[in-house]
Amino acid sequence: MVKTVTNHPGSSDSALTAARIYAILAAVKDPEIPVISIQDLGILQHVKLEADKVLVEIIPTYSGCPAMHAIQTDIKAALLQHGITAVEVKLVNSPIWTTDMISEEGKAAMLAYGIAPPLGPNERLIKCPQCKSQDTTLISEFGSTACKALYRCESCLEPFDYFKCHA
Amino acid sequence: MTGQFNNPALHSYLLRLADTSLTMGQRLAEWCGHGPYLEEDVALTNVSLDLIGHANIFYQLAAELHEHPITADDLAFLRDAHEYRNPIITELPKGDFAYTTLKQYFIDVFNVHLYQALSTSSYEPLALAAKKALMEVKYHRKRSEAWVERLSLSTEEAKTRSQKALFDLWFYTPELFETDAAMDELFVQGVIADYTEIKTIWHQQVEAHLQHCQLTLPESGWVATGGLQGEHSEHLGYMLAEMQFLQRAYPGCEW
Repeated sequence: MVKTVTNHPGSSDSALTAARIYAILAAVKDPEIPVISIQDLGILQHVKLEADKVLVEIIPTYSGCPAMHAIQTDIKAALLQHGITAVEVKLVNSPIWTTDMISEEGKAAMLAYGIAPPLGPNERLIKCPQCKSQDTTLISEFGSTACKALYRCESCLEPFDYFKCHA
Repeated sequence: MTGQFNNPALHSYLLRLADTSLTMGQRLAEWCGHGPYLEEDVALTNVSLDLIGHANIFYQLAAELHEHPITADDLAFLRDAHEYRNPIITELPKGDFAYTTLKQYFIDVFNVHLYQALSTSSYEPLALAAKKALMEVKYHRKRSEAWVERLSLSTEEAKTRSQKALFDLWFYTPELFETDAAMDELFVQGVIADYTEIKTIWHQQVEAHLQHCQLTLPESGWVATGGLQGEHSEHLGYMLAEMQFLQRAYPGCEW
């Protein structure tokens, strides 16, 4: 017997337990951007309540993202702290992660942290997260992680990470 | 799930994809701490991570086709050189930055068209893996294409090194498009890409870019072959000796 609950659990009885798990997992952050939760980043896909365990399905951002192992461990640790021991965290290949899966809250948290969020469909210019200037230059296609590129603001001269558009 | 396919052929093909990505990724990883400057050092190793990630996915798909339980790590770390199916170009030593960049560009253009085609594979797990990889290799290509241009149209030294890299690498590229009977069969089944078509597009785009970069193609030379049959250069053995050392010396070791 498997119950599937989506990212937005409702208020029915079966969802209550799932809702609790989602609430616990809200505390699990991306290890490399510790202000954004794995749910806001779009990595957390499903929570399934199975007869003998909780199955948590996550998707990788980039194929070689070295943070996936840490995320799996963090999910188990967070649930364990609430006495939930029978947990399987499964890395699945579908759906394919894109930056469109990052929530608005996630983008706002990223910006406040000093990372320029991925450009929306109608945006063309990458703004400096510090001074908001649009006069910015690419320094390297890759920043501190595979999901970011390195830019420099020509107005305030600060270098900054840009979370690359990936879709 | 796999009954309708010629499994040994598919398995061998998945190994070709995985081995190609892994050997490319391993060579790029050798740049860690040796890049021309910090940002580029980081870029080279990030591309490496993506490629090793692709290798991991393809090894997992290959492992699923095994009759006996086997893992992606077993396939990467416990097979010897003659069992590797990568084309020889991906195992060549990293060389200088011009050489690494041009080699990366050749592979990136190839990967873009390969994964584009594989994303419509009738074998769903392969199509899914290709779609994911495609998003990443398009970005790799953008970077390596810009670097080939930047190097070859800059100082005399960079231009000389880029031209030398082209002479050294060009006759390793035909092997990228080689197929064998098993792959031809998979193509008929709609599982894999049309390599003849990829070859045509690759040559059009690469030769146009090289011309724009004022680089000259070598006229004739010997052509590398054999990787698909497990016949490799001496370089692969040394690479595997280093890469596989830990698992060979301490089987099953995790950290």
